[in-house]
Amino acid sequence: MTPVLATLAEAWSEVRVHKARVVLSLVGVFLAVFAMTTVTALGLIVAQVQQEQSERMSGRSATIGVTAYDPQTGMPPDAAEWDAAVAGLTERYGITTTASIGYEETRFRMPGGTQLVQTKRVSPSYGQLHRIEPIEGRWLRAGDRDSLAPAVVVNEAFLGALGVPDLAGRPTVVIGGQTPVRAAIVGVVREGYGDELLAYRVDRSAGPWDEPTTATPAASVYGPSTLELWVGADQADEVMAVVSHDLGLALGGAQVDAYRQDSPDLEETLGMLRLAIRGVGVVVLALGGLGVLNIGLVTVRQRIREIGVRRSFGATSSRVFAAIMLESVCATFLAGLAAVALSVVLVRNLPLESLLNSGVPLADVPAFPLAAAVEGLVAATAVGALAGLLPAVIAVRAKVIDAIRF
Amino acid sequence: MTLLALRGISREVGLPDGGVLPILTGVDLDVAAGEHVAIVGRSGSGKSTLLNLLGLLDTPTDGEYLLDGEPTGALRARRRARLRGEVFGFVFQQFNLLPRRTAEENVAAPLLYARGRDYLRRRRTAREMLDRVGLGTRGDTVPEKLSGGEQQRVAIARALVRSPRVVLADEPTGALDVETGAQVMALLASAAAEGGAALVTITHDLNVARLADRRYRLDAGRLAPLADPAPTPVVPAPAPVPLAEVHP
Repeated sequence: MTPVLATLAEAWSEVRVHKARVVLSLVGVFLAVFAMTTVTALGLIVAQVQQEQSERMSGRSATIGVTAYDPQTGMPPDAAEWDAAVAGLTERYGITTTASIGYEETRFRMPGGTQLVQTKRVSPSYGQLHRIEPIEGRWLRAGDRDSLAPAVVVNEAFLGALGVPDLAGRPTVVIGGQTPVRAAIVGVVREGYGDELLAYRVDRSAGPWDEPTTATPAASVYGPSTLELWVGADQADEVMAVVSHDLGLALGGAQVDAYRQDSPDLEETLGMLRLAIRGVGVVVLALGGLGVLNIGLVTVRQRIREIGVRRSFGATSSRVFAAIMLESVCATFLAGLAAVALSVVLVRNLPLESLLNSGVPLADVPAFPLAAAVEGLVAATAVGALAGLLPAVIAVRAKVIDAIRF
Repeated sequence: MTLLALRGISREVGLPDGGVLPILTGVDLDVAAGEHVAIVGRSGSGKSTLLNLLGLLDTPTDGEYLLDGEPTGALRARRRARLRGEVFGFVFQQFNLLPRRTAEENVAAPLLYARGRDYLRRRRTAREMLDRVGLGTRGDTVPEKLSGGEQQRVAIARALVRSPRVVLADEPTGALDVETGAQVMALLASAAAEGGAALVTITHDLNVARLADRRYRLDAGRLAPLADPAPTPVVPAPAPVPLAEVHP
């Protein structure tokens, strides 16, 4: 037991005595581990942002978009027929998450006059499928279909046009048309470009102001609405084929198009991104390791006499080897620990959502990746071991009598 | 009883041109426990090589080296290192103190290679040892701030801290002035004697050699007894410093 303790004590003593040199040699490793850990962590967060942005646009992996229309007239199929066909399809193939999206222009009475606003009529599950994260308030829910006042989720520009700073005053807006109704603004999302006004409403509602069947692929100014199916990525191709076939048969010869909405290459792209980030980290770390090795080689030559003196005390070759190695490993481990700690503090406190995601809160904020922290520590220790190896071999191979005479 | 015995020891080194340079030739030497032996010789006569062989820092080209009657030629490197730490204490001409370590850390350094209680009590033992050589108040001082005489006293304390059976001193007064050298030599001799350790001193100073029980001359690698040197006026050595046994 005491030889182990003694070797550690000896290594620590060396680190303490040569702290200026040690600190100098560790700057490179510290920066390298800090960079590697931070870049890896940020890379994962950037990948998450990329993924969420992509999913907001096109749905999660794998989202199958389905549209149907009469090939002769271009008209959508009958609503009841469509509902029955979709229900049969989802039940038959065990598809649990579906969403409908229709596009229309709604007349909202704003302080400056009635304005036509592009509105998405969606089922509540659209929020889950597209990772909608309101920056204030809430997303649409199934209960909104039965609400006496329509629920509306708007973007910030809409709220600004309404002259309302936030949802604290429970703002409302009148939806014009043949049956005007006062709608409650229940949530705010960060979407749209510039002053573009956007709104979300639930796909169907029981109120007299609304058509009861907007969930179906009814025609609108933007064309028929879309049905979205969330399936496993490995089932996507199969589902597309059966959906086109089954719905086509059920709808009596309607043209049914099923296509992959999300980007199937996203995972591959993100994988490449992660690989590139890791590659950069490894190169940076290797450069830091070379710095430690360089200083280690220079200093071990300066310490040859000291090593010779220790051999005269009875230090074995293995003991000299272990002490030099441990000295390097202890030092780089501590540098790695400090670097990882700083990286955690930095990544946790950076306003990443503002910087990377236009202020939109991430649906799944990745915690500081434990793997990155562990990798940083392991890499620092490994660099210490590798950088200590050569000086340790030189120290062991030095002839004691020459070392003492040196 | 013979502690160290050299029988026909030779040491040669290879030359770049393929030739061989003999350093030591047919050296025979016996050192008994507690004995003080001095070896005198000019620079380049092979004194340090002989000391390195005695201290298991080097191996002979030919001949036999017996330690406690056991041949050392076939010992493995690990065993040689362990014996070196347990049996021998070294005092070097240039002190060879570890830079930037305090006197106490320097004296405790050999105990890093000891085991059990000796290792765990190393600081305390080092302080006691420094007390014995009159440096009890300089334990926290680094070698760079000690005088030459003080540094050599720290080196003596370090050589004796593991209670060696043999102290090997290579020109222990070579880097000191005459008066300080005499004081240090007296301290070394009395400290070794009180610890019951044999002392082998290598020197070119006949006054230092005179303190030994037996004296040898090393000339061109050959060892021969030295006739009693003519008395030389020297600075009188101070009274021996009492050195209590550190490890009762």
